Amino acid sequence: MKIMTCPINGPRPVQEFVYGGEYRPMPDEPAASDAQWADYIFNRSGEPGLSREWWYHAPSGTWFIAERDNVKDVVLKTYLFDRANPPRAGKGATP
Amino acid sequence: MPLKLLKFGLSGKYAEPRMFRTPEKMRDTYDLVIIGAGGHGLAAAYHLAKDYGMTNIAVLDKGYIGGGNTGRNTAIVRSNYLTPEGVEFYKESVRLFSQLSTELDLNLFYTERGHFTLAHSDASLRTMRWRAEVNKHLDVNSEVIGPREISKLCPYMDLSCGGHAPVVGALWHPPGSIIRHDAVAWGYAREACRRGVEIFQKTAVTGIDIVDGQVTGVQTSRGPIKARRVLSAVAGYTPRITKMVGIRTPIVIQPLQACVTEPLKPWLDQIVVSASLHIYVSQSSRGELVMGASLDPYELHSERSTLDFVEGLVDHLLDLFPFLGNVKVNRQWAGMSDMTPDYSPIMGTTPIKGFYLDTGWGTWGFKATAVCGTTMAYTVAQDDDHHLIRPFNLSRFGDYTLVGEKGAASVGH
Ligand SMILES: Cc1cc2nc3c(=O)[nH]c(=O)nc-3n(C[C@H](O)[C@H](O)[C@H](O)COP(=O)(O)OP(=O)(O)OC[C@H]3O[C@@H](n4cnc5c(N)ncnc54)[C@H](O)[C@@H]3O)c2cc1C
Repeated sequence: MKIMTCPINGPRPVQEFVYGGEYRPMPDEPAASDAQWADYIFNRSGEPGLSREWWYHAPSGTWFIAERDNVKDVVLKTYLFDRANPPRAGKGATP
Repeated sequence: MPLKLLKFGLSGKYAEPRMFRTPEKMRDTYDLVIIGAGGHGLAAAYHLAKDYGMTNIAVLDKGYIGGGNTGRNTAIVRSNYLTPEGVEFYKESVRLFSQLSTELDLNLFYTERGHFTLAHSDASLRTMRWRAEVNKHLDVNSEVIGPREISKLCPYMDLSCGGHAPVVGALWHPPGSIIRHDAVAWGYAREACRRGVEIFQKTAVTGIDIVDGQVTGVQTSRGPIKARRVLSAVAGYTPRITKMVGIRTPIVIQPLQACVTEPLKPWLDQIVVSASLHIYVSQSSRGELVMGASLDPYELHSERSTLDFVEGLVDHLLDLFPFLGNVKVNRQWAGMSDMTPDYSPIMGTTPIKGFYLDTGWGTWGFKATAVCGTTMAYTVAQDDDHHLIRPFNLSRFGDYTLVGEKGAASVGH
């Protein structure tokens, strides 16, 4: 991967981007147990596959979601996070 | 041509005894299946056979012996970590490594070189003082030294670093060593085989059977095996194995790369590490400079190499050793590092009965090979975590009792 497409600024060299880790929905604050919080904070679905993840375009301060094949290192698509229609968590095929 | 070689050529039979047997057939049942014939899996097999008389063991590898990170690391062995848990653990490993050639009856080229961790700022000097004090308290030889002492030990280093971020001191750890990594795997494999352990290469584990929370066997590319104990020692493949048993862990996989230059006359005795410049370098007994930098910046399940890595590395290397400008890089490669958030391993028993983990070795696990052998053997034989590895159990992430090891290599801190 040499070029990544920022949803705001278009294709840019990958050196301009910072990886923000797998997208994970936060548990419900008052209801979640200690165990659910621990799982949310520490555990990851670290296996190979299509992953939906946070990326940051540093020069413009843009956080966005990338869908990436983390074996072949190919980004399939990038888009801004939409609270009303959040990405699916975990590894797997595009919804 | 030596007569021996001619005879060998004509007879078609190997003149020398092979280092490890390849059994014709896999048995239906073993007492223990070890997934992964890297140093860790093989060392555990050896100690189970030798110390606990457990020999009905199969070690399975989807590739070949030592073909994972065991054969890809830069072979640095040291114990100057930061946390007391870490220091105690790695200290025992250095002790075992220093005697391993005798133990395995194989020359592993273990050489004590001395290990510098360079400081380029007051802040990092402060961390080094802290490390040195923890080390001394636990009887590990480490001290903070100044530029003059560094120059005396390593006269070719340009302490001014080309003018920016000059070296202001170092953590000096005389027992820091390098060792021939493939031979470590071969030695453990041979001695485990001699005691009856069976090693199957090119045999991948594809599933793990569990009944009522107890392991009952594994599925492999060569058919099923029954076993009530399974030890997973697969480093960069751990998330695939833990998925088979439905255990969640914090492990993510990021590549770590390394490279070597063409051979040079011996000029660098020590191992030199600079976390600020993101490089480490030592000179092998063949004269090559063996070099590494920091972890690749995002998750990737691949052993590919990049030009970015070499460019970034040599840029910083030339700050320290400007005279290397014309030296050529000969080879580069990568391994998949199994990273944890506290730079400490995940070892021991798990919520599944009979399933043991030896993982979370990231960029730092080669030096632990020897102590993992003894402690994982104990853990599997007794079904109880050895005291040295108790702080590293997977349960720490549920209990919020992380270890916070900042002395690990190739990680920014
Ligand atoms: C470039 C680089 C430099 C490093 N430098 C150092 C260093 O200087 N000092 C240090 O202490 N550490 C270093 N490390 C870390 C160290 O190499 C590893 O932590 C250590 O070697 C892990 O050993 P292991 O036996 O656990 O795993 P590995 O040697 O990776 O063995 C795991 C084995 O499991 C097999 N396997 C995987 N999945 C399956 C399956 N499904 N079925 C069967 N077999 C399977 C693989 O084929 C592999 O052979 C470095 C790592 C890298 C990548």
